[in-house]
Amino acid sequence: MQVINKDEQLAMAEELAKFEQKIADEQKIEPGDWMPEAYRKNVIRQMSQHAHSEIIGMQPEGNWITRAPSLRRKAILLSKVQDEAGHGLYLYSSTETLGISRSQMIEALQSGEAKYAQIFNYPTLTWADVGAIGWLVDGAAIVNQISLQRTSYGPYARAMVRICKEESFHQRQGYEAMYALSHGTPVQKQMAQDALDRVWWPSLMMFGPHDSESAHSSQSMAWKIKRMSNDYLRQKFIDQTVPQIEVLGLAMPDPDIKWNEERGHYDSGEINWQEFKEVINGSGPCNFQRIKHHKAAHQDGEWVREAVRSYKQKQVNKEINKQNETAA
Amino acid sequence: MINSFSIEQQSPLFRFVLGLADDSVVLSHRLSEWCSNAPYLEEDIALSNVALDYIGRARMLYQYAAEIEGKEHTEDDLAYWRNEREFTNLLIHELPKGDFAFTMMRQFFLDVFYHFYLEKLVDSKDETVAAIAAKAIKETRYHLKRSEPWIRQLSEGTEESRARILRAVDELKDFVGELFEMPPWEAELLAEGISVDRSSLQKPWDDYVQKFLAVSDVDFGDSQLQIRGGRNGIHTEHLGHMLCEMQYLQRCYPTMQW
Ligand SMILES: [Fe+2]
Ligand SMILES: [Fe+2]
Ligand SMILES: [Fe+2]
Repeated sequence: MQVINKDEQLAMAEELAKFEQKIADEQKIEPGDWMPEAYRKNVIRQMSQHAHSEIIGMQPEGNWITRAPSLRRKAILLSKVQDEAGHGLYLYSSTETLGISRSQMIEALQSGEAKYAQIFNYPTLTWADVGAIGWLVDGAAIVNQISLQRTSYGPYARAMVRICKEESFHQRQGYEAMYALSHGTPVQKQMAQDALDRVWWPSLMMFGPHDSESAHSSQSMAWKIKRMSNDYLRQKFIDQTVPQIEVLGLAMPDPDIKWNEERGHYDSGEINWQEFKEVINGSGPCNFQRIKHHKAAHQDGEWVREAVRSYKQKQVNKEINKQNETAA
Repeated sequence: MINSFSIEQQSPLFRFVLGLADDSVVLSHRLSEWCSNAPYLEEDIALSNVALDYIGRARMLYQYAAEIEGKEHTEDDLAYWRNEREFTNLLIHELPKGDFAFTMMRQFFLDVFYHFYLEKLVDSKDETVAAIAAKAIKETRYHLKRSEPWIRQLSEGTEESRARILRAVDELKDFVGELFEMPPWEAELLAEGISVDRSSLQKPWDDYVQKFLAVSDVDFGDSQLQIRGGRNGIHTEHLGHMLCEMQYLQRCYPTMQW
């Protein structure tokens, strides 16, 4: 049994009230601030999941770096994937302000305890997938991340501001690659259509379950970690993307997409939630492969990290010996 | 797209620029293979950066080569439509990335080489070549600042890292000599002040590398065997596989724009 005396109880209640007031006043929670343990855990979960998504997301696109069809495309793709690594790094560091280390987060990723965006568990089969990912996946990420620029945890909000700038370059390069394909030869157009058809649905799933089904949503909304609901953001993404599909001259990936005058939004078909659940819970086409790749790279690098630690230790020892000698 | 390509019939300047472009594109490819495979996330980023610098060089050089050639070929025609006997890169650039020690040791060797080489090339009488060199030398100075501490740490880190470093030196040393050889067309351009006398860089390179490695008690030793042929299209078996991968889309779908 935990014994908390009255004074402590009072102090805690006071802190909690202060915390809630800050949230109500749209002030940011900063690393040194008092916060409820559940808030801390919730933010860690969301931020580390975001960081892992950036890192695992390097793989499907990385799959095409060595096969990019032109030097220009190769340079763009490589710098895009490099940006994602930078986002991951930045987010890991920001998450560390909550008292968890990068290696703990990586352990959680590799053990399957921590999740990452389900979209990256699909294979990139053709070059057009690279375009489709930049356009749709980064596009969906931007919609989500713009709303997160107002998230209540300060370091996360600032990370989103910084990251969003690069994400819009990612989306543009993806759309531009799709445009080149859809305005190219019939074979290329077919490649673009195929990629759109495959990437579309998983992109919609990126926004998570329907609001009514979302496990973490209500508390996250109350604490303003999350600012907009899944369904709201998904609709926003659909509304902005449908006209882009028209500009590409591609067929709609969903026959139920239709402008709804009354709602002022596009209607669309129902997502295959069974598939969503399967992929989130580990049985997507590439879940095993992605984590295996991550583990292998990590294990292959262990001797390097060990060498770095050992070298540092040796330098420290040398310094100590030198000091001892001068002292003696 | 290039239908027939006969390197022997090309001008010395074209062959000179093309060789440098091939060096860059092939090395950038190897470096880019590290993306999502590096020992630290920071290294994924850093190695991608170096790869991007070399892609940038390759593009400028191919564009210039195409201009010299005057046949309306593009940078991509030159990169994607020549086969393994038509690529003229020096062999050290094409060797598989190996482990992290191998990649960093190759990079250190090349960083030191380019450090000396580009310092001379910036004075080339050919303005375009000089301008490309001026941009590249800044990148190389930065690359060297990164590769040196890696060689130091790995040489003096653990028994294993040291063993890997020694193995890397061993595997690489036979491919170093080629960097200092002058193909006839480069020799021809030397008289005009356009190219750099590679052979004059051998001693500064040796001194620099040996001195640096000696601090960590790593012996570069003597290489009796020098493997050569890159500039004449005689490669290792590895290049063909790299080109298969790199050129796949262009070759499968000729004449298309991407
Ligand atoms: Fe990102
Ligand atoms: Fe992101
Ligand atoms: Fe992105």
